[in-house]
Amino acid sequence: MSFFIETLLGGLMTGMLYALVALGFVLIYKASGVFNFAQGAMVLFAALAMARFSEWIPGWLGIESLFLANLIAIVLTVVVMFVVAWLVERLALRHLVNQNEATLLMATLGITYVLDGVGQTIFGSDIYKIDVGMPKDPVIMLESMFEGGVLINKEDFIAAAIAAILVAALTLFFQKTPTGRALRAVADDHQAALSVGIPLDRIWVIVWCVAGITALVAGIIWGSKLGVQFSLSTVALRALPVVILGGLTSVPGAIIGGLIIGVGEKLSEVYLGHYVGGGIEIWFAYMLALVFLLFRPQGLFGEKIIDRV
Amino acid sequence: MLYRENGQFKTTYQADQQIFPIAQDRWGVLLLIAFAFVGVPFLVDEYMFRAILIPFLILSLASLGVNLLVGYCGQITLGAGAFMAVGAYAGYNFLIRVPEMPVLGAILLGGATAAAVGIVFGVPSLRVRGLYLAVATLAAQFFWDWAFLRIKWFTNDSPSGNVSVSNLNVMGFEISSPLSKYIFCLSVLVVFGLAAKNMVRATIGRQWMAIRDMDVAAAVIGIRPMYAKLTAFAVSSFYVGVAGALWGFVHLGSWEPAAFSVDRSFQLLFMVIIGGLGSIMGSFFGAAFIVILPIFLNQFLPVLGALFGMEISTATVSHAEITIFGALIVFFLIVEPHGLARLWSTGKEKLRLWPFPH
Repeated sequence: MSFFIETLLGGLMTGMLYALVALGFVLIYKASGVFNFAQGAMVLFAALAMARFSEWIPGWLGIESLFLANLIAIVLTVVVMFVVAWLVERLALRHLVNQNEATLLMATLGITYVLDGVGQTIFGSDIYKIDVGMPKDPVIMLESMFEGGVLINKEDFIAAAIAAILVAALTLFFQKTPTGRALRAVADDHQAALSVGIPLDRIWVIVWCVAGITALVAGIIWGSKLGVQFSLSTVALRALPVVILGGLTSVPGAIIGGLIIGVGEKLSEVYLGHYVGGGIEIWFAYMLALVFLLFRPQGLFGEKIIDRV
Repeated sequence: MLYRENGQFKTTYQADQQIFPIAQDRWGVLLLIAFAFVGVPFLVDEYMFRAILIPFLILSLASLGVNLLVGYCGQITLGAGAFMAVGAYAGYNFLIRVPEMPVLGAILLGGATAAAVGIVFGVPSLRVRGLYLAVATLAAQFFWDWAFLRIKWFTNDSPSGNVSVSNLNVMGFEISSPLSKYIFCLSVLVVFGLAAKNMVRATIGRQWMAIRDMDVAAAVIGIRPMYAKLTAFAVSSFYVGVAGALWGFVHLGSWEPAAFSVDRSFQLLFMVIIGGLGSIMGSFFGAAFIVILPIFLNQFLPVLGALFGMEISTATVSHAEITIFGALIVFFLIVEPHGLARLWSTGKEKLRLWPFPH
């Protein structure tokens, strides 16, 4: 039983991290109708920038403290992500308004290549590490309830907590601030938003910036877990089933989808994996999402698709 | 002046309904095919065959298949690489497990297996649409990646899924020299290309296009969405599967599942979008663009670096390559969202009037 709970909790925490990446997809899709394949590349880009800045800054400024160096690195990376967001909007998306979905999808795939190439040219292509001082030691919880307790990685726990805080902050930002209200208006109807005087261009830049920040958070967490390397950009492919399961347009959907996929993946790998030779995590997530889609074609929380002739 | 259909009167139904109704088109295509069969072998060297022409022919076939599904039937797929893999590995299994199996038969059966798998993975398209479907088709990609790595029966118990095919012999001809491979792939492509050109103007193609334009409306006027969508998946997967078998048998000779990874799927979709959705011609343009561009960048960048007196390391070159590749794709999508095929048809319109504008 305690092993089951352990797997379950492990799945929930991985799910939280998937949700972080998925959130980036949802934010951009909601506001601009662009399915942003480049989210994975943005995670990699942000993580690379963060890792290298925190490595370079002690040399540049002569700062000894790890905390201060990390803080400055985060600020610098946020600035870099803003520049990336602005460039993407300015150079690519602005010119692709009103194209069909497939074209936009491929354009963001093109942006993926550019970000991968540029990121590795500037920041190098070795494996780097991000050290933001997250504790790595496991803790044992719930000893009173089960024999031997439940083993949990403290790092995972903190990561999940950060993800939860970020989600709460984003929800507040969307619901309570004027900018958030404008974002929701744009997501609802581009033309109506334009006609009441919401500047579409600026909104898109803001959305990409927010997506960039979630990419940074995801990058820091994944990067300190796995190390910053090229394979980090494939987390986008792991997060895609989450997005479609939760619904492309729903922020809570991304979270709940992430949790379902995270748990499903872990449980399937542990309990079914050894019957078929292991490694089934990645396609199992897609199949799981597919099964849900067969019953709800718009995802769990997506807007209902209404057909009119 | 040259390209004009004035004076070409169609007096029979047959003349009205032929594949290329304009005489110049007809002769142009015939000349092109004749040139590809007779002229090209004298002009190019072995490297060209190996690095450019054979990959171009095979990937054109695959992108033709993807275009039938994405461009004509409107179902976005990101799983084309998986169907190539199914074609290649199924063909391999037919070849080694069935005694006396001819190579061509194995390739076609590989395609047929891919078609069957395509129908199965096409079933969600009856419920799920658009981007949701695109992501759902990735399920096929990851499932088959995994299956060919882990299920040893598919790969005849070889470690890491690596298999090889040798001594190809098609109807008494040895397919071993680059020239013979080229001619073989070209013959297959011509047959399949003509079939596709015919299909898209027949009942089935029109049904696909109706579904693409609006599936509810199509269902209202009496087109069965299930039949139309699943045939599109089947035919497309057949094309892609045959291309996969050719890619494995003829181009690579020995391959592993990584040859048909998700990157291959993206590459095929790029070809279709850059070439032009819903255009047979576009598939060829797209394939040419995507095959030649990386090779060109690879050759050209070090030269450019030397010109400015810079020594560029191989790592930088490969990074610059993908950067420029991505940037060019975005650039093309911005400049011509309807693909290279649109440029081609604009050119033809212009040519019709040239040199007198009225």
